[in-house]
Amino acid sequence: MRQFACAVCAHIYDEAIGDPENGIPAGTLWEDVPDDWVCPECGVAKSDFEMVDP
Amino acid sequence: MADQTGIVIVGSGLAGYTVAREFRKLNADSPVTILSSDHGGFYSKPMLSNALATGKTPDAILNSDAVKMADQLKLTVRPHTRVIAIDRVARSLVLQDGERLPYRQLVLALGADQIRLPLAGDGAGLVSSVNDLDDYRHLRDALEGKKEVVILGAGLIGCEFANDLAVAGYRVHLIDIGEWPLGRLLPQSGGAFLQNRLESAGVTFHLNNSVHHVDRVGERLRLTLAKGGTLEADIVLSAVGLKPRITLAQEAGIAVNRGIVVDQSLKTQDPNIYALGDCAEVAGRVLPFVMPIMHASRALAATLAGNPTPAIYPAMPVLVKTPSCPTTISPPDIGARGDWKITEDQDGFKALFQDEGGSLLGYALMGAATKEKNALTSQLPPVMG
Repeated sequence: MRQFACAVCAHIYDEAIGDPENGIPAGTLWEDVPDDWVCPECGVAKSDFEMVDP
Repeated sequence: MADQTGIVIVGSGLAGYTVAREFRKLNADSPVTILSSDHGGFYSKPMLSNALATGKTPDAILNSDAVKMADQLKLTVRPHTRVIAIDRVARSLVLQDGERLPYRQLVLALGADQIRLPLAGDGAGLVSSVNDLDDYRHLRDALEGKKEVVILGAGLIGCEFANDLAVAGYRVHLIDIGEWPLGRLLPQSGGAFLQNRLESAGVTFHLNNSVHHVDRVGERLRLTLAKGGTLEADIVLSAVGLKPRITLAQEAGIAVNRGIVVDQSLKTQDPNIYALGDCAEVAGRVLPFVMPIMHASRALAATLAGNPTPAIYPAMPVLVKTPSCPTTISPPDIGARGDWKITEDQDGFKALFQDEGGSLLGYALMGAATKEKNALTSQLPPVMG
């Protein structure tokens, strides 16, 4: 499972955890997160996240 | 002969660094220099107003220092470097030590200053404000061992700090000249809902009121209010609004209004000079907060890479980081015609701003109603298409 960090607020989207409060179940792969999903911390777009180097 | 004169970005906030990051995605080697008046590190400014609740120290908020940013984005970053003037004829910047730095294209990402209220009294100079990480460091040091804080201004930043400090155990007073908090973003009943939740979190409101003077009383400050009465506190934090930084552009003969005047391509009247973020007025509008910066940065990066691109702004809801009252607002345009339709229960508040035909032009959601954010945002018109 991979992690993606918000370029603005450093919030981490962890595929293992998902974003259940916003309808993204745990285990959802990054490519399956909808394009209109936004950062739950600061509200920027999915495209402003970058993969965290393992 | 290759031109080694590159893009120069003045300002190392979100706007400056996001333009650089987006530009690097399109162009790997053209030289880019960022000039910063402070340490030049990258951090999330929105994080400052809820760092107590999230347990973050000022050091932990700093994402990457200037050296790391320069390395990561292949930039030259010059911290503690002030620009004194723009020489548009020579296409160069004059720095504080007299050095001249040539530019091919110049990006002004100067940000905004906190507005300082003209306050009387011998304690007026001790009123603090938080506009950057260094300010925030001072605030955190000052808060050490203290108990009582007065915040001037119940706008977004004032409400966020009030919530954060109250939850951390400080006694917080919030003063505003308006009748309700977030007066520019919320209808009155929404303000009342927010006020109620913040009061439950321990914030004391003083609305329809303002401060006349601030006097020192030993280690503390005493505020005399316009409506009579006094308040005493250890710390007074001013958060009454922001003023775009326009002086540098103005002195170079570039048109300014509330902000530095740019068209939808973020270009000033000088074809080699651009502006974005809190210092800019894009096609007549100063667009605050994070999301407009992200959209503007992407468009400007494309333009700088040789593909002229206007900034397109979709609806951009604002998340107010008041954990005691989760709030998302997409305010209608100033001057938009319509009415608020409000539904409210003990768990949430929902206000929809609709025109005569029932089209949604804006909304305010609090508490449980914030779940409807995505569905409603998709119905909103773009801010600037």
